Amino acid sequence: MTLEFTEREEAFRAEARAWLAEHSPGRLPSMDTEEGAQAHRAWERELASGRWSVVAWPEQYGGRDATLTEWVIFEEEYYLSGAPTRIAQNGISLLAPIIFEHGTPEQQQRYLGPMADGTEVWAQAWSEPEAGSDLASLRSRATRDDARGGWLLSGQKIWSSRAPFADRGFGLFRSDPEAERHRGLTYFLFPLDAPGITVRPIPQLDGDAGFAEIFFDDVFVPDADVLGDVGNGWRVAMSTAGNERGLSLRSPGRFCAAADRLVDLWRERGSQAPQARDAVVDAWIRAQAYRLYTWGTVDRLGAGGDMGAHGSVNKLFWSRLDLELHETALELLGADQELRGPWMDDYLFSLAGPIYAGTNEIQRNIVAERILGLPRGDNGRATA
Amino acid sequence: MRFSLSQEQRSFADAIDGLLTTSDVPRITRDWAAGDHDAGLALWRRLAELGLTALQVPEELGGIGGTPLDAAVAFERLGFHAVPGPWIETVVLAPALLAGTDAQEQLAAVAEGELLVTVAAPPSTPRALDADIAGLALVLDDTTLHTATAGTPYTSVDPARRLYDLAAGDVVAGLSAEQAAAALDGATLACAATLLGAGERMLRDTVSYVGARKQFGRPVGEYQALKHALADVRVALDFARPLVHGAALELGAATPVASRDVSAALVACADAAYLSSRTALQLHGAIGYTLEFDLSLWLLKVRAMVTAWGTPAHHRGRVLDALVASAGRD
Repeated sequence: MTLEFTEREEAFRAEARAWLAEHSPGRLPSMDTEEGAQAHRAWERELASGRWSVVAWPEQYGGRDATLTEWVIFEEEYYLSGAPTRIAQNGISLLAPIIFEHGTPEQQQRYLGPMADGTEVWAQAWSEPEAGSDLASLRSRATRDDARGGWLLSGQKIWSSRAPFADRGFGLFRSDPEAERHRGLTYFLFPLDAPGITVRPIPQLDGDAGFAEIFFDDVFVPDADVLGDVGNGWRVAMSTAGNERGLSLRSPGRFCAAADRLVDLWRERGSQAPQARDAVVDAWIRAQAYRLYTWGTVDRLGAGGDMGAHGSVNKLFWSRLDLELHETALELLGADQELRGPWMDDYLFSLAGPIYAGTNEIQRNIVAERILGLPRGDNGRATA
Repeated sequence: MRFSLSQEQRSFADAIDGLLTTSDVPRITRDWAAGDHDAGLALWRRLAELGLTALQVPEELGGIGGTPLDAAVAFERLGFHAVPGPWIETVVLAPALLAGTDAQEQLAAVAEGELLVTVAAPPSTPRALDADIAGLALVLDDTTLHTATAGTPYTSVDPARRLYDLAAGDVVAGLSAEQAAAALDGATLACAATLLGAGERMLRDTVSYVGARKQFGRPVGEYQALKHALADVRVALDFARPLVHGAALELGAATPVASRDVSAALVACADAAYLSSRTALQLHGAIGYTLEFDLSLWLLKVRAMVTAWGTPAHHRGRVLDALVASAGRD
């Protein structure tokens, strides 16, 4: 075991740090506004121009063939530089791994490039009004259209992150109404401006339209935009869910940078309350724990292991860490804490962590049943 | 960056587990608590044969010259099995405190498994374990190391922790501040690893219990209230371990952040082990509240050990001081 990086990794870090120091725009307006979305797309273009937008991807799609270790190093440098959260995140972290694994060569050619340079921003379309934690109960349908060689999507998706300002969406639809819950689902890709689609933005707690409802009224999708096999959508989607709550969505760099800012805030403001002092320390310790734990995960994955249910352990930890870190910052700010500003904005974002990507209650079921081996019983079926 | 244990470290842990799993450690621990040390001392010698007591003694004295990470691996196993005795004091502290002194023969005896050492290091560790049977008792008074003799005995909440006042005697050596601090950091890290192992054991035993115990016609482990509590313990322990291993690497390399990271590890392990103990007690119900049921061995040990090498409050203070003094993350 060693905390030393190789020369090559150190050189990679130095190159990333130098480029980011020169180019990072710092905080941008919220990506969930018209103005902010444009600014974030421009930043994605700039990242891509330096070949930093998708470092772990193959070179032919704009990446650097970076190792997992190098990817984590890049993320550390990215957030230490103060660079903004990524509008391309949904596509890069959730969809791209599926396209690499299940996509046709044509899909890879068509979608990966524009995703990498921010030309096409993707929104996810999982939940429905009656299908949240119990995602497999979803009812939006895909009906066969043999004449045109494709499918007609109908129904309603909701809580679709980034949908108000995105170009394309991905999600699950029921293509075989006769099949049992998890079977008969198919994974579709579709443009959000397709005839028959209506996107209704929903303001989030921070006032910005971070998600939306999407209504589908016989939206035609050609066979070429079915991802994976027809009827195999659940398995395909679960591999994205594993990504989302696993290593990819929340790299340690983000929390370590926030913990360092919290320590800076403590230096500036201090507090008479001993519990505030302890909370600052605990936030920093947890960020450090997450960082080291991630290096262990990188090792395990490098040795051929997979995230599996450990993604749920990860998600439970980072979502609590993120929330408590920001609660602590607000406590240090005293009466100023209610004022809108970076800490309050990030706090509002952290409030969603225990909910999205599978609620923490579902994650605890997964940890208890799949890792600890506790009996299933008749609850927690949503873990399927 | 490579953050996983080596094959040798895993094999060492397996060997310790293999011995302790078949040694009826709970019975040995109860005997030890009652003042009957025979079986415990026999187990000491068998663990010495595996190399445990030689771990931190230099090779030229018959030791192994292992790293703090090797020690962390071993102490997690000792905690998992709740092995009684002054292990931290003998295996980690004695080699660190006696290095460079005239007491080299005694270090060789430690490596052989023939000498038990106990240590008090006031103010954080005011009393010493098992001073009635230790062959060598030491008091670390700031940076001055004394021999000592056993004084008043005390009753710990953990019956297996037999505590004594020590009366300082002759000066063994004046240590550098760095040597004294590094020695205590080593003890603190071993304490953290012990707590981690104890937490793991209580989680394992509780998972097993709630899978078997039936109420309302089904295993109580089917209920989400219990599942969620146990999942939280799993998460807390999983994220405490990397702090122990990371701190061990920093301590081994004597880096400027070693003390900070040792304290961080202690805080995380104390919190995780205590959470595990509280969850274990609650989910066992009344049987867990009995002294007779073996869970008590870990419950009470954890309650005692969370402050044995500096309170979590003390260690949080050390982390914060280090952070405020530095420019941030290294």
